[in-house]
Amino acid sequence: MADVTLTVDGKKITAPAGTLLIDACRKAGIEIPAFCYYPGLSLQAACRMCVVRIEKIPKLQTACTTPVAEGMIVATDTDEIKQSRKAMLQLVLANHPLDCPVCDAGGECELQDMTFKYGAADSNFVDVKNHREEQQWSPVVYFDRPRCILCYRCVRVCGEGMDVWALGVQNRGVSSVIAPNGGDHLDCEECGMCIDICPVGALTSDTYRYKTRPWEMTHVSTICTHCGDGCKTTLGLRSSSDGMEIIRGDNRDKSGINGDFLCVKGRYAFDFANHKDRLTQPLLRNAEGKLVPASWEEALTFAGQRLHEIRDTRGGEQIGVIGSNRATNEESYLLQKFARSVLGTNNIDHHRTADYVSFAKALAGQEQRAASLREAETAPAILLIGGDPTEQHPMLAWNLRTNVRHNRARIYVVNHQEIKLRRQATSFLKISAENYSAFTRFLAGEENSIFGAEATALRETLATEPNLLVIFGSELRGAAIEALVRYGLSLPDTKFACLGDYVNSRGAADMGLYPDMLPGYVPVQQPGAFATEYGERFPAAPGLDLPSMLDVAARGNLAALYVVGSNPVHRYGVAAASLKNTFLIVQDMFLTETALLADVVLPIANLYEKAGTVTNTYGDLQLVRKAADRAGVRTDLELIVRLADTMGADVHALVPFGQGTRADMGQSRGAQSGEADRHAVWLAAQNLEPKLSPFDPSALLDEIQRLIPSYSFSRLELFAGNDQHVQATSKNNALVQISNLSQRPDGVLPSMDTLFTSGTMGRYSSKLTEVHDSRNKEILVAAN
Amino acid sequence: MPTLVSHPEEVKIVSSRFGKGATDIERYIELDGYQAARTAVEKGADWVIAEMKTSGLRGRGGAGFPTGMKWSFVPKQSEKPKYVLVNGDESEPGTCKDHLIFLHDPHTVIEGTIIAGLAIGAKMGFIYLRGEYRYLLEIMEKAIADAYAKGFLGKGIFGSQIDFDIISHTGAGAYEVGEESALMESLEGKRGIPRIKPPFPAVVGLYGGPTVINNAETIATVPHVLRMGGEAYAKIGSERNGGTRLFCLSGHVERPGVYELPMGYNLKKMIYEIGGGIRGGRQLKAVVPGGSSTPVLLPNEIDIGMDFDQVGKAGSMLGSGGVVVLDETVCMVEFALRTIKFYQHESCGWCIPCREGTDWLKKTLTRFHAGAGVAKDIDNIRYLAENMLGRTFCPLGDAAAMPTIAFVKKFRQEFEDHLNGKPCAYAKQKMQESVLV
Ligand SMILES: Cc1cc2nc3c(=O)[nH]c(=O)nc-3n(C[C@H](O)[C@H](O)[C@H](O)COP(=O)(O)O)c2cc1C
Ligand code: SF4
Ligand code: SF4
Ligand code: SF4
Ligand code: SF4
Ligand code: FES
Repeated sequence: MADVTLTVDGKKITAPAGTLLIDACRKAGIEIPAFCYYPGLSLQAACRMCVVRIEKIPKLQTACTTPVAEGMIVATDTDEIKQSRKAMLQLVLANHPLDCPVCDAGGECELQDMTFKYGAADSNFVDVKNHREEQQWSPVVYFDRPRCILCYRCVRVCGEGMDVWALGVQNRGVSSVIAPNGGDHLDCEECGMCIDICPVGALTSDTYRYKTRPWEMTHVSTICTHCGDGCKTTLGLRSSSDGMEIIRGDNRDKSGINGDFLCVKGRYAFDFANHKDRLTQPLLRNAEGKLVPASWEEALTFAGQRLHEIRDTRGGEQIGVIGSNRATNEESYLLQKFARSVLGTNNIDHHRTADYVSFAKALAGQEQRAASLREAETAPAILLIGGDPTEQHPMLAWNLRTNVRHNRARIYVVNHQEIKLRRQATSFLKISAENYSAFTRFLAGEENSIFGAEATALRETLATEPNLLVIFGSELRGAAIEALVRYGLSLPDTKFACLGDYVNSRGAADMGLYPDMLPGYVPVQQPGAFATEYGERFPAAPGLDLPSMLDVAARGNLAALYVVGSNPVHRYGVAAASLKNTFLIVQDMFLTETALLADVVLPIANLYEKAGTVTNTYGDLQLVRKAADRAGVRTDLELIVRLADTMGADVHALVPFGQGTRADMGQSRGAQSGEADRHAVWLAAQNLEPKLSPFDPSALLDEIQRLIPSYSFSRLELFAGNDQHVQATSKNNALVQISNLSQRPDGVLPSMDTLFTSGTMGRYSSKLTEVHDSRNKEILVAAN
Repeated sequence: MPTLVSHPEEVKIVSSRFGKGATDIERYIELDGYQAARTAVEKGADWVIAEMKTSGLRGRGGAGFPTGMKWSFVPKQSEKPKYVLVNGDESEPGTCKDHLIFLHDPHTVIEGTIIAGLAIGAKMGFIYLRGEYRYLLEIMEKAIADAYAKGFLGKGIFGSQIDFDIISHTGAGAYEVGEESALMESLEGKRGIPRIKPPFPAVVGLYGGPTVINNAETIATVPHVLRMGGEAYAKIGSERNGGTRLFCLSGHVERPGVYELPMGYNLKKMIYEIGGGIRGGRQLKAVVPGGSSTPVLLPNEIDIGMDFDQVGKAGSMLGSGGVVVLDETVCMVEFALRTIKFYQHESCGWCIPCREGTDWLKKTLTRFHAGAGVAKDIDNIRYLAENMLGRTFCPLGDAAAMPTIAFVKKFRQEFEDHLNGKPCAYAKQKMQESVLV
């Protein structure tokens, strides 16, 4: 829209026509106070804090509802306006409990800040304040009515933002009160957005309330460890007896890919870190067959020696490695490099939740076709086939809803279930679960329709949508993905997104946790540069995939299995006896079903306790910073390096750290803080040689960027905390051939997580479990 | 049924059929009913709007906006359906005129609604009755059914090609839904809170369609205007204030009641001649000229013509036509308290200044009147009200602030007299009946 010019406090400013005065002022550096106005949500004009004087209009006007106009003359800081704002604050404060010293919001409260600024410190009121007791509405949400200033942000974020509509206003006048949909409790998605957006301490969370003062926490921004969307989160940390404990997660500064959004998992499911069952000591199986605590020295030496021995006696092909969906890119990269170059095996895989290989194959030679998560908020039209973003990709669902609300985006949903996002959809087509493949062929025009007129109409409509964003769930695999991509590429400027389940599922795939694919989806049979990079132990033939490794183990032919941050025994329903002839090393946080069978268990740090990078399912690469800390655990990265070291491998060849510098194996902790990373960037920029330790993930990132062409991005941007979009493939990455191994029907096993579950780890989050159970109870009650 | 009053000075137009059994449609037709609507159907929208503009009829809901002009704001073309709303939420203390219209002459409301619909090109009208007027709904609904039966409503009204429907509905007991946009929210089944303006109802109103909303008396006047002709109607009133209006004379007068008088009628005369003077020969203390939200006038300020402009000049407002007369026995602090109690109770609570302001005014005045006031309270009351004025979301906040400011300003001494633990001097001689009718 055309720009208009107006005068604010004597200053000429320009803004696009239609911009709200409050936004135009703020952009020009003129502060307008506001409680009820919240960018992106509907207008309320309820708090009257934003009043300004506009020439020729008799009354003060609310800047939050007035669009800018050409020649408008506005005053925002006259005595009259200051007085008005002060009076509003006095009125709010009159009924406010002023329990700031104990209030969660104290120190981060918008009411405190405004009072400080507008000086409503004096009051002439002598009568008694209205009071109501605090209420608990759900396992996470508490409401303290007296603190509520009725800005209605919570109501709107829940309704408009979340499409949950669990909050409303009850009564009228001074008795007006925010009320939950269940009468006395909430029946909702427990996202905590309402708590986060509350300008005061009226809504508080069970995990944080009365725990600390904000300024007594350390704040570290990192990435949520749960789903494949990879939201940025700022963790609030406090030192505890055995490390640094996370007590809060939010993204209030709106930086990063997710703005202020976090779902229940990102916001509250970090307590698994402090679960009483958390492993903090290595375990070794003793002569009686029991797992008993051991020292790190003992455990690592024993594991390394056994691996060494097995490799040398039975060969690398008798060793299997299973990687993680929740480890960093650096760790996954290192793990497969370790498997191929040290263990001498291609038997490496991970629990696949999406068929990224077929996706990469279909996009081979294409550029800029994989969409960032950000594009879900801007694309004019979206075709969503399969998947249930509301449950499995809450951030994506948020972006899609926002896009519809703000830009009237058109969403075309094709699904076998009546997913919630159909409420925002332009059209919803239900197909049966077996028909996804046929549907993609139908779209591609390669099969006569077994679908009705509705499907044909949809195909015709889609043909008129340029810039279509095609998002597909794990229902689509192999040929279906290829057909869909073929179809999409026949339309102008289509982009794609493949939905996988965990925080670094995409990273695990990109980093080559496959028996037949090297990092960057390079086939093992055509290793190119990797042949020399990975040395002479690197086998030429593809290895075994995960289900095959388990089969081979069951037949007694897998001598060793190294499982890093994965629980295949539970996930694939493996019988305990089938691993009895396999030397099993498990790195995990908990004594999972898999760890219970291990010969060596190594306790590890989780994503919140280490540094590195992760790639979300859309290919957005982000920086993971070390936030929490727990005595007794080590990162996967460190353990892989140490295992290699005890096996006598050349650590320098494995991790390209500090060329020419001697490895200092003692420095693990400092390196993990991320401080070394930043220091290194600076050193490199000064043409000085970074002195890194082998546990420094950025040394591995160097190698990743060197060897995976699609991982070219700005390191500076990354370290500044910005997400960097990487493509599944790049032009010079020609996929020649995919082995048939990737096409096994059980090759992709979706996690089937809901909003309230998160794989094995979710079970150790007490808060998530509590929410999950209380929801189930409610469903039971409703059913009865 | 309330007894009807009468006075020779009255000019009965809207009230001309009161007490004549006009709820019966045949009787209504006999009394020239539905003629105006029929003529309007014949002559068309432009003629109607022109007559309305000439008549100088100004909205009887309180703000006095010229009705013809309001109708002309509605866009001719609209994608969404247009609507006519009849505001019968009548809740302003001191006002009880619309009630009589519904009770005695429901068909004029229907007829006026049809004409308004015709003028703006709407096919549907809603008659919204105050929640507490639930018992009038029966009368209204019977009248609507009878009009349908006669072919005055429904498909092809009066044998023309025009369709028009009317639905009547009641509120749930909230003063605030008398505010036009809150009424629309309420009618749509939502919480009765006002909407952000602009857009104004004429452009985006009920269900998002262009909407004309008028007070019940305004609408009931419309058929009479067309019958008499705009010019003749205009002549009855004062300058820029056409016609007559129903004045609800209440309080301490000898003959309280609803009287129809020409616009611009002298207030003093209204009290002393029409109302028969102050009851029991007592002294006049104050007059609230246009419903409880209008600033109080002192005895020396009442020699004015009762029209929108002259009362405005006197520092108050003509408002909804509720004239409340207070004699010397009234404690003005208590009266201020009673007034604010109403607004505190009726504030919808949406915006800070009105929600909190009315409540703190009530708390302060309650304590103050009970004898526990402190000196700074008086200034604080005024400070509160002044900081509400003009800063609230909708005019309800102003309606609470304006009279309060006037009470403190004009009766400060009475407030001072309540200080230092002194009991209210009026408590003893307090009359049995409540101050507000
Ligand atoms: C708080 C408040 C209450 C109101 N109550 C009524 C009412 O009960 N009846 C009414 O006709 N207008 C009422 N109004 C005025 C309406 O908003 C509107 O101006 C009126 O219905 C327009 O009709 P008119 O142009 O015929 O006067 C109220 C306004 C406010 C701010
Ligand atoms: S937690 Fe989320 S879903 Fe629940 S009420 Fe708050 S905003 Fe709504
Ligand atoms: S609870 Fe918080 S966000 Fe909700 S209305 Fe009250 S102050 Fe605003
Ligand atoms: S949407 Fe996914 S990444 Fe974001 S907070 Fe939730 S679980 Fe974490
Ligand atoms: S002034 Fe505000 S609180 Fe009062 S009735 Fe209007 S919108 Fe509601
Ligand atoms: S920010 Fe404008 S009224 Fe609240």
